Amino acid sequence: MSTTPTAKRDRVELIALYVVSIVAAFVIAAILVNTSGGSWSKAVEAMINGAFKNPGRWGETLRRAAPLLIVAAGSAIAAKAGIINIGQEGQVLIGATGAAFIMTKIHPGSPLMLILGVLLGMLAGAAWAGISALLYYWRRVPVVLSTLLLVYLSSQITGYTMTRKFLLLEVIEGSPTKIQNSAKTAVNSRLGIMHIFGNNVPLTVPIAIIFAVGVAYMLAHSVWGFRLKMLGLNPRTAQRAGVSHVRFGTMALLTSGAAAGLAGSLMLATGESNYRASSGFAASVGWDGLLVALVARNNPYASIPVALAFASLHTGSNFLAAAGVESVLVDVIRGLLVLALFIPPAVSELRKKRRVLALMTERA
Amino acid sequence: MADPVSDHSIENHKGGGTSVPPPAVVVRGIVKRYGALAACDGVDLTMRAGEIHGVLGQNGAGKSTLMKILIGLVTPDEGSIAINGQDVRIGSPQIASDLGIGMVHQHFSLVDGLSVWENVVLGEKSHLDRSAARARVAEIGERYGLDVDPDARVSSLTAGQRQRVEIIKCLRRDPKILIFDEPTSVLTPEESSHLFGVLRNVVKTEGRTVALVSHKLEEVLRATDDITIMRDGKVVAFMRTNETDRHALAEAMVGRTVDLRGGKARQSSDSALIATEHAEPTPVLEVVNASVQTKAAGVQLANLSLSVMPGEIVGIAGVEGNGQRVLADVLSSLTALNSGSVKVKGRDIATGRPGAMSKSGIGVIPEDRHDSGCVLDMSVAENLVLADQESVAQRGFLDRKKITEQAEDLVKQFGVSCSSVDAPMWTLSGGNQQRVVLARELSTGPSVLVAAQPTRGLDVGAIEYMGERIKQAAADGVGVLLISSEIEELIELSDRILVMYRGAIVGEMKAGEIDMHRLGMMMGGAA
Repeated sequence: MSTTPTAKRDRVELIALYVVSIVAAFVIAAILVNTSGGSWSKAVEAMINGAFKNPGRWGETLRRAAPLLIVAAGSAIAAKAGIINIGQEGQVLIGATGAAFIMTKIHPGSPLMLILGVLLGMLAGAAWAGISALLYYWRRVPVVLSTLLLVYLSSQITGYTMTRKFLLLEVIEGSPTKIQNSAKTAVNSRLGIMHIFGNNVPLTVPIAIIFAVGVAYMLAHSVWGFRLKMLGLNPRTAQRAGVSHVRFGTMALLTSGAAAGLAGSLMLATGESNYRASSGFAASVGWDGLLVALVARNNPYASIPVALAFASLHTGSNFLAAAGVESVLVDVIRGLLVLALFIPPAVSELRKKRRVLALMTERA
Repeated sequence: MADPVSDHSIENHKGGGTSVPPPAVVVRGIVKRYGALAACDGVDLTMRAGEIHGVLGQNGAGKSTLMKILIGLVTPDEGSIAINGQDVRIGSPQIASDLGIGMVHQHFSLVDGLSVWENVVLGEKSHLDRSAARARVAEIGERYGLDVDPDARVSSLTAGQRQRVEIIKCLRRDPKILIFDEPTSVLTPEESSHLFGVLRNVVKTEGRTVALVSHKLEEVLRATDDITIMRDGKVVAFMRTNETDRHALAEAMVGRTVDLRGGKARQSSDSALIATEHAEPTPVLEVVNASVQTKAAGVQLANLSLSVMPGEIVGIAGVEGNGQRVLADVLSSLTALNSGSVKVKGRDIATGRPGAMSKSGIGVIPEDRHDSGCVLDMSVAENLVLADQESVAQRGFLDRKKITEQAEDLVKQFGVSCSSVDAPMWTLSGGNQQRVVLARELSTGPSVLVAAQPTRGLDVGAIEYMGERIKQAAADGVGVLLISSEIEELIELSDRILVMYRGAIVGEMKAGEIDMHRLGMMMGGAA
């Protein structure tokens, strides 16, 4: 039996499906904008200005895209092992909070403190995901559930650290602070920012790309990646071949948590919310990063353009209000686009499943 | 829906005129083909009301297909069915149900998380009346001695109690004809004898008809009035239970044709055994007093002991469901022993630890290759290195070139037909998937090869190839444990046959001394 013609036809079909569904999403979005009193052409223009054209904006877009990419690459590791981690938002936040303990507390700071801070952030993110691993392998609590619910716990815990001076609450002489956030990170513990054509591009951008490519390479070529894949696709065969579900599953979940923690601590080190951690610090980077991974079907390479697309939706939407578009509509449009990007792979996956099933029943 | 109802009224009309009521079920010349294979090949069966009718046969004899035809799950290619003297066409389970035919399946179809009464009413379309349903469950339970708490969660029940729920589920619809498919396979002896009491009660006091599908001689003899024996899709004998005995049943069930093929094929492995016996006198594989017991499935292995010498092919005969699968799982590191041990070349191997069995030199061709033998979404080449990635890796990274080369080599050597070694495993036919599994397991130079139902679902050519490979492996000094429900296959390949029954080895025969009577009886638990 030859697979090449079918594979080729499948690919063409998939691309056609993508085109159709994305166009459909844009058409629906345009109708929504127009019926709610805006003008779609102006909205598009505003989005493009906000994401790329206006001074300094594409730097902002890249700044947003970098942590999304790191989170997405981390999610891909867990997904490879068949584990669905959806608690990145909390892991990002806990990571940033962990990093803040070194970056804001030790003055005047140093590159060593930056590295230590990032390491602590990764450790914190991993530990946060580790709770889910523990709950699953000890008590069979579904990972999807525990990772999600831990997001809510994470913002409470971070919030708590912002209410106590001995933890992270910023101490300002004379005035009782109402805004609960950490102090600024030490100047010497910050990560560099490149100035390119009037845009501020943080060093997280190259780091994120190296990270994503590294993860992709490890998954595809290392024995470790091979074992994760085996575990994800057939845990019983994996067990016979020596891949322990507990060991490798835990490791995959910890690694994806560490990636989210890395994203959070790098955000803090490059000046997100003015170098201060707070309970709202993660700013949906975890959720968006998870969406990036889902849309890119857990392929770290594909996550690069998808992360950029999601980041530009985010930065572009800041300019929509000026075009007379309600800002909540942006979330609707983003939802539409996510759906549009989901439908084609879902359809092709279903078709493949049906074909395999037909093949197997025919032979049974 | 309307047809069977009108059939009934016609039948009632007729019934009044004749003095002897027609048999409850008359099946004539039923044929059902799947491709070249005839699962049922001209089957006749007559069941009388007020009697328990045994349908006896080995796995694959066609019993299940016949029963599926009766409850409308399978449509026959030829033949006719009459219920109470009236010709019927059972096109769907709904029609069967309207005709008063119900079945208690071998594999329970209960929802673990629901209570007993919820499971019983599951699938009802009418309004749900909780208290009425609970009362009905309790009432049926009391009437038939099927004691089970209507409010208990199914997940907390034993296998025997679950079966009671299945029976209640079936009786609730007041069927005139009840079919039981291997009902005792998961029951303890006490539970089985209780079940037979219930069945006797059902036929005697209420005039219902029961079909008891089984492969166990003992229980068919004990529980039935008539016995129809099937082999290879055909009815080979019909007997009144009180006029027959175990020997006659065993002989009819197993048949005699198998004797002929044993002798000549055995010689090669015999000589291999002699050749290697002196070199290495310790067994390559020893299983000592192995026991596995779980809450849900009960005792699965009961103090099982066996040993395999290098170059020896040891066959495990037995009706499926007597612990063979669990034994293979233990030797695949998928199940841990509760007590006992597994030794390879005299060394104790930790059971249940991922990869331990494979590393110690046990290769396994699993019964269900999709379950633990291969990864369908990985390529052929990747599937060939599943268990031993280190040999194709350098410093933690895979050497793709080496993997491909090795795969191309194995594909050629084992005659796997695939579009390329990078093709996903699922694109291969079953026989070729099996070759990939075999190639992988033999390529690592194992000292033991466990082959569980290695030829199931394969065509004739592939079956022959598999047999040759197994013999070759033994000739190379590998100790082979061949688990099969095909007696012919066992006789053809094995030096020794062990019989497994209820998780233990109950008998042993040397290749030259196979006695089909005794074998059939041991498999049925009657020796």
